[in-house]
Amino acid sequence: MADMGEGGGGHEKGGKKRAKKGSTRVDMTPLVDLAFLLLTFFVLTSTFSKPKIMSLVYPAKPKEDVKIEEQKINNAITFLISENKIFYYKGEFYGAENAKGKPATQLEETSFGPKGVRMLLSDLNKSVLNGKKKLKAKLDSKQIKTDEYLSGIRDLKRADEALKVLIKTDDKAFTKNFIDLVDELRINEIGVIAPVDLLPSEQELLNAKLK
Amino acid sequence: MANVKASPTIDMTPMVDLAFLLVTFFMLSANFRSDEPVQVDTPSSIADAEIPKNVIMITVDKEGRVFYGFTGGQEARKNLLIKMADKYKVQFNKKQLEEFSLMSSFGCSVQQLPQYLDMESEKRKELKGSIPMDSTNNQLKDWIYFGNIEGLASGKVKFEEAANRNPDTEMNEYKPKFILKVDGKALYEHAKGVIEIFRDLDLNNLNFVTSLEGGGEQH
Repeated sequence: MADMGEGGGGHEKGGKKRAKKGSTRVDMTPLVDLAFLLLTFFVLTSTFSKPKIMSLVYPAKPKEDVKIEEQKINNAITFLISENKIFYYKGEFYGAENAKGKPATQLEETSFGPKGVRMLLSDLNKSVLNGKKKLKAKLDSKQIKTDEYLSGIRDLKRADEALKVLIKTDDKAFTKNFIDLVDELRINEIGVIAPVDLLPSEQELLNAKLK
Repeated sequence: MANVKASPTIDMTPMVDLAFLLVTFFMLSANFRSDEPVQVDTPSSIADAEIPKNVIMITVDKEGRVFYGFTGGQEARKNLLIKMADKYKVQFNKKQLEEFSLMSSFGCSVQQLPQYLDMESEKRKELKGSIPMDSTNNQLKDWIYFGNIEGLASGKVKFEEAANRNPDTEMNEYKPKFILKVDGKALYEHAKGVIEIFRDLDLNNLNFVTSLEGGGEQH
């Protein structure tokens, strides 16, 4: 304001020009201070990884008055999880002395991560994974539409050849172990996942393995 | 060039430009940490679905303490508390009702809740409580049951609004979803207790909160 007043006071042209030139430069230091303060604040308070959700359908509780028929599951694998350890057996469970005269079930140990469960599952669930590859190729060459592709994958997962997975956890298993396994199942396109209770006979086998 | 002394000031314009660019970026991309009563470290997975708006979220921390959260809207939260207060014969005043409608998840019994609502948010974190869920006093089951009813009611209102604008809208998107936020280091037994309650109520479609996996490659 004072400058303007002076300018209007009738000075010579040259002087006026010089005064204007001198005042164009603003001291930006406070501005920079503020900018970096805000920057630091946002960097520290923001969370980048938005939480995601993984849906999982649990089997419905059996109603007391409705009798459920024993379903024959022909292509199943059962995973048993304990404290950071994972075991599995294929097919049905047979105790040490069973009526059918089958050999008793043995637990095999595997590991979380790419070399353990993932390799095992990709081997056992070949029919679905190969079918998915074919569908994907068709989708890429535009022979089928996206919704046909998705329903195709759904059918594949429900087919008889597709692997069914049962998950049983003992009282020492961590949630992380469980989620890791479900994650591997998702990666390998397993359609039927059933978290069920551990049988006492299985607990015995597991205890023997853990010793 | 010759006069070195004349230029001790640096032109800060590009620096300011850059700084404000970054500030803008962080402001727009930031989503703030919500004020949760506990810090929960969720396991990672390849799942990429986002958390919906209308949810009942049960948080289980490392020690197995259970927290309840419901995001069906302020009105729905008020109705939920009124129903719970009615069932357990606990009195809440207007201020507490208002406070409850704005609060995030909590971990204490209904009987403690009026006291809890009067506390400062910092004090609440010091309280080491959990929602009772044993068979004789299964408050969690009631919270979930009434929460589901209120969630459905408020979801229906929102659905009808949306359906007026776009007839293709599906009701399913507006139904309350059930979310479990379990610490990776919590025993699965603790989560299972909560899951069994959901299953008792015939709510079998559950969702686990996970963080996005960093380096894991598919196939």
